[in-house]
Amino acid sequence: MTTVLTELGPVEVTAGPGRDDELWLSAQDTEALTGWTMKHEGLCRDDVCMPVPVERTDDYVRDGLINLAAFWRRMNNPLAYSRNEDSWAFGVSAQARKASLNSLAAPDFSLPDLDGGVHSLSDYRGKKVFLATWASW
Amino acid sequence: MWQKIYDDYRDHNFVVIAVAMDNDREATRPWIEAAKPTYPVLIDRYHQLADLYNMVNVPQAVWIDEAGNIVRPAENAGAYEGFRALDFETMTMPEDVTATVKKARATYVAAVRDWAEKGSDSAHVFSRDAARDHCRAPDDTIAKAHVLFRLGLYLLEAGNSVEGDSLLVEASALHPDSWTIWRQAADKLDNGLAAGPDFWQRVSALGDRYYYPPADMAGMPTDGPPKL
Repeated sequence: MTTVLTELGPVEVTAGPGRDDELWLSAQDTEALTGWTMKHEGLCRDDVCMPVPVERTDDYVRDGLINLAAFWRRMNNPLAYSRNEDSWAFGVSAQARKASLNSLAAPDFSLPDLDGGVHSLSDYRGKKVFLATWASW
Repeated sequence: MWQKIYDDYRDHNFVVIAVAMDNDREATRPWIEAAKPTYPVLIDRYHQLADLYNMVNVPQAVWIDEAGNIVRPAENAGAYEGFRALDFETMTMPEDVTATVKKARATYVAAVRDWAEKGSDSAHVFSRDAARDHCRAPDDTIAKAHVLFRLGLYLLEAGNSVEGDSLLVEASALHPDSWTIWRQAADKLDNGLAAGPDFWQRVSALGDRYYYPPADMAGMPTDGPPKL
């Protein structure tokens, strides 16, 4: 099994065979993990699509699987994986973070409380939210 | 610390959400059980908020209005680095430093109260342009640091300490301004604090730079860190 670290924590998926720096996932897993959907225009989320490069289609899409790592690099998003290629973390580019902050729309998140109840920032829409960090360390 | 404000203004469409940047969920339990806050306290094991809001230390806070817009981006939530002037023999701080610590906290708390009460009419709410100007935007190196940090924490949990540790070191080197990355990764003392000799050395290396850059708010310290 391969572990992909999403914003909600680690998720186990089955990856197809490939080179060390490739991560081949089903369209279903890709969508569940990242929110990006495979369409005929390419890999899409909301109204943005990342087309499959015509000259190197096999590096991106093959046998019904998607090389998420290749798409991620093409989108200039950071990623990291363990030396045994069993664990992968996918991040968001500085450019996308900057655009998000510049819009002033507070980025949404979902995090658990100590009892495991999950709270999303968007649950509190309509209220002034004082979002404060702390740590035990 | 925020409970009183929440109690006083929860009927003014105001909520506190406290987020612990703590990979070890259980480490937060004694703190939460002692404080018994009635507002939500969330556990951010992989420091997602630091990535989303470009945060670098605790306590930092963001003010978000009723429509979900940032009216004060991530900033120091009223802390002043008096600890840098701590006399280790007497465990005391010079009086003027203690006064600065108190004043920074009181100034910030008063501002939060003002906003909780008046909302967009509060003088502490930034205009959209000012809010953008106060956003610290991440760069590619910082974005990379966050992804390495997340993977490193996961590998440590999974028992791969050699590779996990090396990823955390790499993340901290890429994002040296982040105390959250450094302290989460650092060895902890018996009391759970990342405040060993390495911490003091790293603080000392700040020189005349702040550990907690003060919020841009009238009444905040402007004379830099305490002089030793």
